Amino acid sequence: MIPRALDWLEERTGLPSSVAHFMNEEIPASAGWHQVFGSVAMFCFLVQVFTGILLAMNYAPTPGEAYNSVRYIATELTGGRMVRGLHHWGASMMIVVVVLHMVQTFLWGAYKRPREATWIAGVFLLLLTLAYGLTGYLLPWDNRAYWGTVVATQIAASAPGAGQYVSQLLGGEGGIGVVTFARFYAIHVLILPPITMLLIGVHVYLVRRHGVTPAPGDETKPKKKFYPEQVFKDTVAIFVAFAILFALAVAARVPLERLADPTDTSYIPRPEWYFLFLFQLLKYFQGPLELVGSTVLPGLAVLGLMMVPFIDRNVMIRVRQRTLAVGVVALAALGWGGLTAAAIRSTPPTPQIDVTAMTGPEPWQELSPDDVAAIGYYRKENCTTCHTGERKLTPELASVRKRTNAWLVEHFKNPGAGASAANLKTSEMNSLAKFFVSFNPEKVTALDEAQQAPVEGAMIYQAQHCNVCHQVNDVGMKTGPALNGVAQRRTRQWLEEHFANPQKLSPGTTMPPYKFSSRDMDRITSYVLSIP
Amino acid sequence: MGSSKGPDRRKFHVSLIYAMWAVITGALSLPAAIYLLVPPRSKKKSSWVEAGDISQLKPNVPEEFVFRRDRLDGWKLTTEKSTAWVIKQADSKVIAFTPQCTHLGCAYSYDDKNNEFLCPCHTSTFGLDGKVLTGPAPRALDRYETKIAGNKLLLGEVRKGEA
Repeated sequence: MIPRALDWLEERTGLPSSVAHFMNEEIPASAGWHQVFGSVAMFCFLVQVFTGILLAMNYAPTPGEAYNSVRYIATELTGGRMVRGLHHWGASMMIVVVVLHMVQTFLWGAYKRPREATWIAGVFLLLLTLAYGLTGYLLPWDNRAYWGTVVATQIAASAPGAGQYVSQLLGGEGGIGVVTFARFYAIHVLILPPITMLLIGVHVYLVRRHGVTPAPGDETKPKKKFYPEQVFKDTVAIFVAFAILFALAVAARVPLERLADPTDTSYIPRPEWYFLFLFQLLKYFQGPLELVGSTVLPGLAVLGLMMVPFIDRNVMIRVRQRTLAVGVVALAALGWGGLTAAAIRSTPPTPQIDVTAMTGPEPWQELSPDDVAAIGYYRKENCTTCHTGERKLTPELASVRKRTNAWLVEHFKNPGAGASAANLKTSEMNSLAKFFVSFNPEKVTALDEAQQAPVEGAMIYQAQHCNVCHQVNDVGMKTGPALNGVAQRRTRQWLEEHFANPQKLSPGTTMPPYKFSSRDMDRITSYVLSIP
Repeated sequence: MGSSKGPDRRKFHVSLIYAMWAVITGALSLPAAIYLLVPPRSKKKSSWVEAGDISQLKPNVPEEFVFRRDRLDGWKLTTEKSTAWVIKQADSKVIAFTPQCTHLGCAYSYDDKNNEFLCPCHTSTFGLDGKVLTGPAPRALDRYETKIAGNKLLLGEVRKGEA
């Protein structure tokens, strides 16, 4: 049955004999385990294509929807965390494997004549791999994604001459928004993959054209066949790589941080680990020299990589005799490692936020509306300018210096130490004082962690005296419906319509219409939706 | 070198190659199938939706009620316009049909001349009790579960019509 089908296929397409011809390639006697990385890199790419397509089936590439759809993939879909994990860790693994492939080629001197073009195609493939990382980083649209992309687009914009156009192409002018998002997504899924496939095709064709690089002394030994011995080695390497990737996807969570918040001043942006060295490099070049770190040095490094086959034109020698090459690799590894380590060391430890691991509301959501509003007053009045370091407000500090309401209100009016008086209404000062009189660890974290939009919404909630009719977390009156759980019952759109025209959606209600500015409308609905 | 060690070693390599690729293919396609085929975890519990006032209904004259209901659409909870054909029967029991024809889901309408529901797509017709009179529709009209609170009609889950 199968032989007959193969005969049929052979006669019509010639495919079986082509495959056989490909597999029966002769390879030098020295070929072996050190040459498996190219196959592994190709495999990693295919896994990325496969998992990327799966993700795209449940993903909406706009700033309004991306975050929720990623969250949906990670928390609502069975296997979604797994698929996202494979794609996330697969990206890192691909970088590792591509670099290993390059290091092997470099150490063995496999870029030498006539294989210069193969090497240059490889350098372009490395750049493509990094471009995937850069564009894919934005797509979950959490704080990490947002701030990482802000920095990347600003660096691109600072490049002399071309910068302005690059920034225009990326849609990064006037801030990152729908346009940047569409561009990044289009680059990530429509532009890079076909180019990569084409380049892989060229790269593999060139490898076949010139044959696997022989080592000195191979001329006298009998040749080996690609299949099955080398294929077996490649497969073992692929299998090991896949096992590691699979284990990472199962065991290591890919965090999804909070929704991108352009007003979040507490966030410490960091790029993905493989870009940390560039990030660190930038710190050493300040002022007019910044260009050196952001474009000149990276540009020279890429150019240097491309020129490798033309700089080293010596005849092939054994890998053990290539001390200079080993030295160059060791130096590069040392430089990369040092910069990366410095970047990690300079990153203050921050709690890892992962919304996909969260169940139930966060502590700040359980606070009363006046407490949430108090967080807003605290931020608005820039209290952290002084209350930092030793004066940072902690429960310990609060218990050591037990203050009364009256003392606190007086302190807000006349803070001393050169700080200006708080620009708050009496009722707002009272709320703020009340917040600190009963200060506890949960409130400490709330001060840092409460999202800015709902906090500002709570300030509007207080200013409009919503509590006269509504109850939130057991605080307020019950003339109108209690607002807990409203996020499950109503959508943002419904709430906005209801604020503008309550009679239309709830005929007979006593709620008056509110004409909010679009910003205030966004804030107050964000608050109402944040109520657990 | 390799071939000189005989066909056994070659066979061993080949079978291991197939085995490893089988494991990889399985480990990738199984999660993919689960991811694509298993429905999302949180199905929003459908609650009773207020559809309108039934005090003005005339017996045995269908009326199209328009109301808004929440629907969980992937990662979004949307409020959307929905309709139901509501009939107060002679015994003042109220029934509510979903607005789609049971054949291929077109929106049917009430034909007051013939006192029946008519689907414009493939001319299925349904009686006021929902039963198929003519046409390709495979089963009677689907109904909402109903509840009456005062004069208000509440709609619940959809029950499939009888074949």
